[in-house]
Amino acid sequence: MIEFQMPSLGADMEAGTLAEWLVKPGDLVKRGDVIAVVDTQKGLIDIEVFDEGIIHELLIKEKEKVPVGTVMALIASDKEPVVKQEEKMPAKITEEKKPVEKLPVTEMRHGIKVSPLAKRIAVEKGIDLNLIKGTGEGDAITKEDVERAIVENIAPKEERKIDSTESIRMAVAAAMSKSNREIPHYYLETKVDMSKALVWLSEANKQRSVKQRLLPVVLLLKAVAKALTEVPELNGYWENGLQQKDDINIGFVVSLRSGGVMIPAIHHADKKSIDELMASLNDIIPRTRAMKLRSSELSESTITVTNLGEGNVETVYGIIYPPQVAIIGFGSIVEQPWAETGMLDVRPVLNITLSADHRATDGATGSRFLMTVKNYLDKPAEL
Amino acid sequence: MDNNGTLKITYREAIKQAIREAMKKDEKVFLMGEDVGRYGGAFAVSKGLLQEFGPERIMDVPLSESGFVGAGIGAALNGMRPIVEVMTVNFSLLAMDQIVNNAATLLHMSGGQLNVPVVIRMGCGIGRQLAAQHSHSWEPLYAHIPGLKVLSAGTHEDARGMLLTALQDPDPVIIFEYTFLLNKEAELPANAGAVDITKAKVLRKGKDISIITYGAGVYKALDAAADLNSIGIDAEVIDLRVLRPLDETTIFNSVKKTHRALLVEEAWSSVNVSSEASARIMENIFYELDAPVQRLGGVEVPIPYPKHLENASIPQPADIITKVKKMLQHD
Repeated sequence: MIEFQMPSLGADMEAGTLAEWLVKPGDLVKRGDVIAVVDTQKGLIDIEVFDEGIIHELLIKEKEKVPVGTVMALIASDKEPVVKQEEKMPAKITEEKKPVEKLPVTEMRHGIKVSPLAKRIAVEKGIDLNLIKGTGEGDAITKEDVERAIVENIAPKEERKIDSTESIRMAVAAAMSKSNREIPHYYLETKVDMSKALVWLSEANKQRSVKQRLLPVVLLLKAVAKALTEVPELNGYWENGLQQKDDINIGFVVSLRSGGVMIPAIHHADKKSIDELMASLNDIIPRTRAMKLRSSELSESTITVTNLGEGNVETVYGIIYPPQVAIIGFGSIVEQPWAETGMLDVRPVLNITLSADHRATDGATGSRFLMTVKNYLDKPAEL
Repeated sequence: MDNNGTLKITYREAIKQAIREAMKKDEKVFLMGEDVGRYGGAFAVSKGLLQEFGPERIMDVPLSESGFVGAGIGAALNGMRPIVEVMTVNFSLLAMDQIVNNAATLLHMSGGQLNVPVVIRMGCGIGRQLAAQHSHSWEPLYAHIPGLKVLSAGTHEDARGMLLTALQDPDPVIIFEYTFLLNKEAELPANAGAVDITKAKVLRKGKDISIITYGAGVYKALDAAADLNSIGIDAEVIDLRVLRPLDETTIFNSVKKTHRALLVEEAWSSVNVSSEASARIMENIFYELDAPVQRLGGVEVPIPYPKHLENASIPQPADIITKVKKMLQHD
């Protein structure tokens, strides 16, 4: 029997509320099917299943809030369950082997000491243990603490309705605080003459319909993806050491009009052509702004790119999105004086920064990466 | 006897009354052991019984634990109801083979044909400066063995009553008696007699924590509970009484009420009775626990001879109080 768990959709997520089941017992599901909608700080998220089988039992009721990792449904499989996931996938995406529930995000819940009895009562009464200060031995939360919380009316989880703008703000706050608290960042910066890239781009766009036109950002994404294949140390997680990831899933920072940011993942960016990357962006950005993302898009990015775009400041120094180990910042392309071979000229210049986790890599690695990105942007035809 | 119908007697007297009553009731009952007759017992428990019942029934034996315990088992197999006194638990190691391989197994080995209704009493306990070789707490060793019923008389009531019920049992029963209690006086009902030997007993009701103990720990736990009461902690005290088979129901009911358990005994902490009780609490009522189960056992050293070190090697009421306060985070 395969256990379908509440996925973690980011380092800041501890729990989610099941909004709706899209399947019922007896339904046949296959990998990638959306089987539930979960309400998180990031809005309503479609949750995909990573296994194939028949829904055996739905264990969680709609409107119920459960911690990340809670088994929500049991899926009966006639094949080997869970561990042999790779075998069930179509051959061409066999590298994608990391199911969502493996994500490491329960730190905070694990840090809380709570007695078995107190936990039981909290679950029964819908008390959020994160909000309680323990007074037992070793600051463990005891029955008395939970009972006091009930009396003091620490609002049961469901009743604490925060609008999505505020909750996204809180999610960003939590992730960024954790990052700045725990990750020793180092910062590198370089400038790229974008004239060749922009010329290449305008030539390329001449052969494309208006709908298919490319924006400078896809070149940047492509250059990052290719550079990561050469400097893979920056593509991964820091979890008891550097865990490099085989897949290059670039998280792309999207600012929301109402404030806050979300970081949907562009899967396998290194394997996508420039046009496919553009199509991904055209698909994912409007969906992000409409808060209509799939769970894999929220949880599987392996590195982040923040791109300010035109009309903005020249340089951005990002804060790493844990547990990732690097974030790349692109400022806006502006004309600047440019010295080359003893001559001064004016060129469209892009400032690229790298903020990286010094636990995982050193400046030499970061420098190698930035110079690789720079070289690709100098030779856009190679992208 | 006072007007409540109670009688103040020593622990020693309680045991003696029990033996006398058993011998009067059933002529198959007899007492055998080192120095139980002419000398009146190493601890004067059987003083006067030789004159009362004669040498046929109050039987001095040679200093050979394996020999006379084996003889007691043989007598039991042949229809008698022997009370075998092993002077102290320390010497019972010499009789282990008889107890473990004969008394405890013969019912099984004979396909249910041979019961061994022997009762073996052993003096035990720490606190009389008898040093390492004579200060053993072997309750856990015996509680480990299927085929035995193992009792611990931590109170005067049980010293008075356990023997009588044990003699009714068709199978071998070990009774631990605590020699440092022999001179201690307590009130007993004038009609005190046989007691149940299947259940643990709540000696003091409380709601904040369950102090679970037996034998030498019982009066210490009650003293600690009285002191704790004066600072507002209401501790429940349970005397396990029966170390094999453990009465889980009484333990679980108490811990379900208090949600905290402290296990206290003098035996070395590793693999003792508390280990077993703790495991069963965790296995069965984990979700009732509001704090980790804690144990106070003997310090794992050969028990020292000097008084202050001997005292420090076993849990004292002050240790119980400190531990309980810590568990309850009581300032």
